[in-house]
Amino acid sequence: MEEIKEQTGHMPRIGEPAPDFEAVTTHGKLKLEDFKGSWLILFSHPADFTPVCTTEFIAFTEIHPELQKRGVELLGLSVDSVSSHIAWARNVEEKTKVKIPFPIIADLNKEVSMDYGMIHPGQSKTETVRCVFIIDPNQIIRTILYYPLTTGRNMDEILRIIDALQTTDKNAVATPANWRPGDMVVVPPPNTQEMAEERLKQGYECVDWYLCKKKI
Amino acid sequence: MACISPDGKPTESGSKMLRALKTGLKSPEEISNEAGLPLFRVRSGLRELTEAGLAKQKGDKYELSEEGAKLIK
Repeated sequence: MEEIKEQTGHMPRIGEPAPDFEAVTTHGKLKLEDFKGSWLILFSHPADFTPVCTTEFIAFTEIHPELQKRGVELLGLSVDSVSSHIAWARNVEEKTKVKIPFPIIADLNKEVSMDYGMIHPGQSKTETVRCVFIIDPNQIIRTILYYPLTTGRNMDEILRIIDALQTTDKNAVATPANWRPGDMVVVPPPNTQEMAEERLKQGYECVDWYLCKKKI
Repeated sequence: MACISPDGKPTESGSKMLRALKTGLKSPEEISNEAGLPLFRVRSGLRELTEAGLAKQKGDKYELSEEGAKLIK
């Protein structure tokens, strides 16, 4: 058990402050606190110059303008060197005409990877798996996604989660399965019998007292 | 270093930030708007410019040092 903990490092949880870091990136030395006030997507990839990762970086670049509209910054990470990241980014631009606009952490000593639980020894003892940490402007972890080495991430889902979290924060509501912006949202469940009875009179679309939806 | 080249000269983004400071004391947010750089880049860049002696921190704001002012004349 101790050996596994040593190999995987800390496993962060939703609702906890994001582990602090100061890291060398393709945009210079960055600290977590530099992103305070913005949403941040910190994501790891297994290695530079690999096929699935290349498709993901192109896809992240494609959604970058949409993320910017939502006040979200992107920050990549792998255990490769900054020279490798630069060479890979230049190669991607040369071969696909896609210029990667966001910084990439060169986590050679695995410090950040370990603090964020990005190394899963069952998949690889040396590379990070495909993690996504969505961190809010107060630097609290709001979502964690883990994908295996062989499965590229779904950008629509990442954008959908950002929209859902921002909608939740703005309106104090929850979002149902497969929710998309514009769909009805879920009214938080009542805490008392009186609130449950009142709820049914409020003009919400209710299946029953515990499941009511409204438009926003 | 993202704002200072290995030869000690400011990079393009470093120069943008120094130029934004030319008109006086500014917050990182104001520099970000004026220089057209993301706020996280400005915050890390200001650390570099300060360490290099090209900018000075005054409370939550920044201004050019004498050295920084000479560079963007």
